[in-house]
Amino acid sequence: MIKDKQLVDELYGNTESPHVLKDPDTAHLTIHHDEVIGMHSVPGLNIDTNKIEDGIEVNVKLNKGVRIDKQVHLCFGMFPEKGIQKIVMDVDIGTNSYISLLAHCIFPFAVDVQHIMDANIRIGENAKYKYLEKHVHSPRGGVKVIPKAKVNIGRNAEFKTEFELVKGRVGLIDIDYETFCGENAVVEMLARISGHDDDEIKIRESAYLEGKNARGALTSKIAVRGRARAEIYNKMTASAPFARGHVDCKEIVQDDAVATAIPIVEVHHPKAHITHEAAIGSVDNKQLETLMSRGMSEDDAVDLIIEGMLS
Amino acid sequence: MAIIEIENLTLALNGKNIIAKLNVEFWEGHVHAVVGPNGAGKSTLASTIAGLSGYTDFEGEIRYNGESLKGMNIDERARKGITLAWQEPARFEGLSIKSFIMASSRENDESLVLRVLDDVGLDAEDYMHRSVDRTLSGGERKKIELASILAMRPRVALLDEPDSGIDVESLERIFEAVDILKRDGTTVILITHSLAVLNRAEHAFLMCDGNIIDKGTIDKISKYFEDRCIPCDHKNMPNKAEIKETV
Ligand SMILES: Nc1ncnc2c1ncn2[C@@H]1O[C@H](COP(=O)(O)OP(=O)(O)O)[C@@H](O)[C@H]1O
Ligand SMILES: [Mg+2]
Repeated sequence: MIKDKQLVDELYGNTESPHVLKDPDTAHLTIHHDEVIGMHSVPGLNIDTNKIEDGIEVNVKLNKGVRIDKQVHLCFGMFPEKGIQKIVMDVDIGTNSYISLLAHCIFPFAVDVQHIMDANIRIGENAKYKYLEKHVHSPRGGVKVIPKAKVNIGRNAEFKTEFELVKGRVGLIDIDYETFCGENAVVEMLARISGHDDDEIKIRESAYLEGKNARGALTSKIAVRGRARAEIYNKMTASAPFARGHVDCKEIVQDDAVATAIPIVEVHHPKAHITHEAAIGSVDNKQLETLMSRGMSEDDAVDLIIEGMLS
Repeated sequence: MAIIEIENLTLALNGKNIIAKLNVEFWEGHVHAVVGPNGAGKSTLASTIAGLSGYTDFEGEIRYNGESLKGMNIDERARKGITLAWQEPARFEGLSIKSFIMASSRENDESLVLRVLDDVGLDAEDYMHRSVDRTLSGGERKKIELASILAMRPRVALLDEPDSGIDVESLERIFEAVDILKRDGTTVILITHSLAVLNRAEHAFLMCDGNIIDKGTIDKISKYFEDRCIPCDHKNMPNKAEIKETV
């Protein structure tokens, strides 16, 4: 179903995958503001949507044992300068299944836009769930992105997410993800965000490694310039034998920007192990001078180093 | 003709003169070696010519093609053709070898990346898309540094200890890269305390305690390695053990 082809095309025109919608084996869901404008599913995957105030409720169910080889495309966006987009998601991933999703969040003209995501995700035993979210924002910074998720990861299951916001201004982003890992389960969350001007970045990610042998990695790579601020509160707790994890935060700070990292690691079992590492500072001088010694200007060199760090 | 002329160069680091009233000329298009024991000030001299931060506040004069380098930043000097390869090159997380090499070149030509990687003996297919990060061995990292310098086509290349961390077979590739630079007309300044590297130069300078204390043919300067350091009143008199170790 494509309700407004032109609008869908325009939204996807901001992404690197404008062609996918023509493929019958690729599932997709496109929401513009508070309206579903395109949707297509594939066998074993049920997507249904309901209109709610300022947004859409989305229920995704992946049946047991279903493996969806082609990445599923989600596109949430809006073109108007002002408005609220609220997405309430319920995701139920059946046992032994596999799905990989690519979500584009497109707000190219935002002056005062709020994108609120509230997700509840359950990943069944042995299932694998991958979620990559890419944001394209206006250069004016008028976006508030408030994603919240609660994720239960079953035995032997995997949850891997990547959040990327490196184009346009951040505006305000306030991520709050909570994950609970069962026995042998894996959680990996990576955020790559670049802030300028008076952008504000807040990340609160937690991973509770509750099952035996559960594994977790929380990684944040942040660059802040101008007067931007970043606060990263990552928390990992391990309460079962052989649970192990790592919390990693890299932040490059330029100009008058401020970055804070507050990792919390908590171990409740003598056979569990968690490490953390935080590196916050300006661009490394040797890296900078290496590029400058090949003829690059300081600004270009800083950009290239940050681009690398965020990649 | 001298492409770099240094007159009465004095440079202090943390209040201590590391280079004191040094005079030297590097002729254009030649491969020079600056040799000397650890702590002689070789890297400091290279950093001062390249214009690294912390090394720009010197007394005396450094002229490049007759023009003073005083007050000129590292990138301005690089755009005029002076570059430096560090003894321990920097690592860049997430930056591909391809982007790193392209950043050095003025041409936007991908085939150049293939060529310069080949020149230093690395298989471009295997390396292009890898990152210039901690997953590279020290030797691989040095070769990539040299590849980026080949891509830049500088007029003066200062190579600080180009053989450190390089195995014997790879060393030959490093020397071939030096030959390519020379063929392109680049003036190469090899900073070294190794006899193998010294032997590849056409002209050598002996540095000790912040000064150039002798210069001449490779034969003449390599005598230093045979334990005949020119007598002088320097403080860091190289001891025999150290000289033996470096040979
Ligand atoms: N930043 C610094 N502050 C003070 N002394 C320094 C600094 N860097 C180097 N030195 C000293 O300067 C001398 C020359 O160092 P360097 O140029 O690295 O020698 P080489 O490369 O010949 O081994 C050494 O004694 C070293 O300890
Ligand atoms: Mg040195």
